[in-house]
Amino acid sequence: MNFDYNEEQQLLADSVKRFIGKDYDFESRKKIVASDKGYSDDVWSTFAEMGLLGLPVSTDHDGFGGGALDMMGIMESIGEGLVVEPFLATTMGAQFVARGGSAAQKKAVLSQVIEGKLKLAFAQTEKGARYNLAHVAAKARKSGSGYVIDGEKSVVVHGPCADKIVVSARTSGADTDSKGISLFLVDANAPGVTIKAYRTLDELRACDMVLKGASVGADALIGNEGEGLALIEEVVDYATALVCAEAVGAIRSANDATLEYLKTRKQFGVPIGAFQALQHRMVDMVVSYEQAKSMACLACDKVDSEKDPAERKRLVSAAKVRVSEACRHVSQESIQLHGGMGMTEEMKVSHTFRRLTMIAQQFGDIDHHLERFSG
Amino acid sequence: MDLNYSNEELAFRDEVRGWLAKNLPSDLSDKVGDHEHLAKEDLVRWHKILAKQGWIAPAWPKEWGGTGWNVVQRYIFEEECGFAGTPPLIPFGLTMCAPVLHKFGTEAQKKRFLPRIYDCDDFWCQGYSEPGSGSDLASLKTKAENKGDHFLVNGQKIWTTLGHYADWIFCLVRTDSQASKRQEGISFLLIDMKTPGVTVRPLILMDGGHEVNEVFFEDVKVPMENLVYEENKGWTVAKYLLGHERMNTGRIGVSKRELSKLKEFAATQLKDGKPLIDDVRFRDKLSRVEIELMALEITNLRFLDQMRRSGQPPGADVSMLKIKGTEIQQSLTELMMQAVGPMAQPFKPMNGGDFDAFTASLAPRYCNTRKTTIYAGSNEIQRNIISKMSLGL
Repeated sequence: MNFDYNEEQQLLADSVKRFIGKDYDFESRKKIVASDKGYSDDVWSTFAEMGLLGLPVSTDHDGFGGGALDMMGIMESIGEGLVVEPFLATTMGAQFVARGGSAAQKKAVLSQVIEGKLKLAFAQTEKGARYNLAHVAAKARKSGSGYVIDGEKSVVVHGPCADKIVVSARTSGADTDSKGISLFLVDANAPGVTIKAYRTLDELRACDMVLKGASVGADALIGNEGEGLALIEEVVDYATALVCAEAVGAIRSANDATLEYLKTRKQFGVPIGAFQALQHRMVDMVVSYEQAKSMACLACDKVDSEKDPAERKRLVSAAKVRVSEACRHVSQESIQLHGGMGMTEEMKVSHTFRRLTMIAQQFGDIDHHLERFSG
Repeated sequence: MDLNYSNEELAFRDEVRGWLAKNLPSDLSDKVGDHEHLAKEDLVRWHKILAKQGWIAPAWPKEWGGTGWNVVQRYIFEEECGFAGTPPLIPFGLTMCAPVLHKFGTEAQKKRFLPRIYDCDDFWCQGYSEPGSGSDLASLKTKAENKGDHFLVNGQKIWTTLGHYADWIFCLVRTDSQASKRQEGISFLLIDMKTPGVTVRPLILMDGGHEVNEVFFEDVKVPMENLVYEENKGWTVAKYLLGHERMNTGRIGVSKRELSKLKEFAATQLKDGKPLIDDVRFRDKLSRVEIELMALEITNLRFLDQMRRSGQPPGADVSMLKIKGTEIQQSLTELMMQAVGPMAQPFKPMNGGDFDAFTASLAPRYCNTRKTTIYAGSNEIQRNIISKMSLGL
């Protein structure tokens, strides 16, 4: 047993933490969020230079072959700094290609991702699908040597900046059948693809995506036709583990800010942290943090090592339930203990609140994962 | 024991309900129902409709326009308004400044301000909290020096709700910094927001909304006649106000409306092809809130019954109405956000695209409602009040 990061993991985690502390402070982030694109190309290049984009890519494709455990420290820092760059979205897209793609797709996509030249996103959710990954109504039918896709996808996180989008569409079966789902790597500006962009509550860019007679070549298919669901579940579990780690960083940030506030905010002549009623609540927030961190470790370890998909799903869901509970608890308490100031746009804690609120529902809310856990 | 309203009370409720059905403009109730931003004109318009009907200030003395309703009728009226989805009545003039003037104001002050409050010719806001004085209000620092024919006010207020709409602000200010007890050097002043030296700065909340402000006072001259009650006796005024009109803090009508909307909405959202409301995990959570609200309604009625029979203002126990009422409001907004699932994430369209504004309002609404356990005496302070005043701890 050893819960420490190894030397390489620690070095990388430290360098990301340093970068975020120095160049991605709350004021810099504010400017990025308010910019046209909603993310920074400079920051993106820096991520590429630091090797973050290549970390999860196998060494066969010029990456570093890192697993989710190697990504944990990075994701924690991303959570702490409320990073808005399309890191998770691009990593997810790359994982689809790395795990299910052809040799040609890997060659075309992965090295470009590593160099920061290609941004990706994943278009999955549809109206009425909630968190059910098998609910895919978008259709792809064979046409000539390729396919034509028709359908509507919702909340494609980082879709507006993506160069290519992994789209799930049904090649056979009914809307919620587990068989018949296929995955396609679609150019964001392909004919027949339109997007409606928006800002999300947690200050990311996302879009709804309409595919109307969007034709793609046979080489756009990722994996085997009709067998996409297992890969979707695998990559979404991986991303869920990463977002659990991101939550841990964001929770730590909220706790640090709240503890500092309890020590410095004075009422009735004393720091409000002198009141036992508040002390115990702060302690409970720290307990939530530790429990969430433990489950994030479990999730990251299991998405790397667990070979049985049923067991992997069960454990990832366990982690997501506990982490989501911690997201709710800590975000709500951090605002309450900050009082009115916590409600304002100018305090970082209100932004952390929003991100934690969204993470609690991302890739499935507590109810969804409870159901998946208990079977 | 009889838990039911009397026939007279039921008749009164039907009268109010019938009148609201006819007179509440649907564009206003739609805005309220969809959680859209209410402009000053919307608030004033509804105020004036009620004023015309004579129902705008039920608790005022009859000679100033009060309705003579007892506490139960007043409660019924407020809950019916909440359930129907009327715009909120902004309390600062009607139920905060006015009761103070009725109790402590001079005849001249009453004549000058009360009719304009009644007709909403003046929009009021409240100047209590300061950056260093939130829960510990008595530590307030905004200074008012007695210059003989006027007070000279310098300082800053914060969390001034709708201060950007306001014509007037009532303020607690420090007139004696040497007083042996902090509470003894405070005065209650009425300040015209147009006076030179008054500046309003918006504070944007995390849902992007502008409802609260900071108000700065720089060498603001306030005529002596705008002092309410005696100099250095402002704390008496503030305490009176605190014990006044605290029966609607449960906001039961509003929560009932939100609950029924949540049920309707959850019936339209699908989970695995079936209405979300049939999902047992979700429905249990919803039922728990519904039961809590049921209990709070009866608790509220028990307090009202006690008040009606004793003729005494509510005791410290009403703090629990605020605690439970706000917790219920928060649970309802959270369930609404959960009901919409992944569609809770979209917030603001870019590039002028169209957008489902209602579903996009649910998560910001959840964010915004976090304020309810903080404002008007945080729920921690409410618990302190109960433990000190009721339990003697």
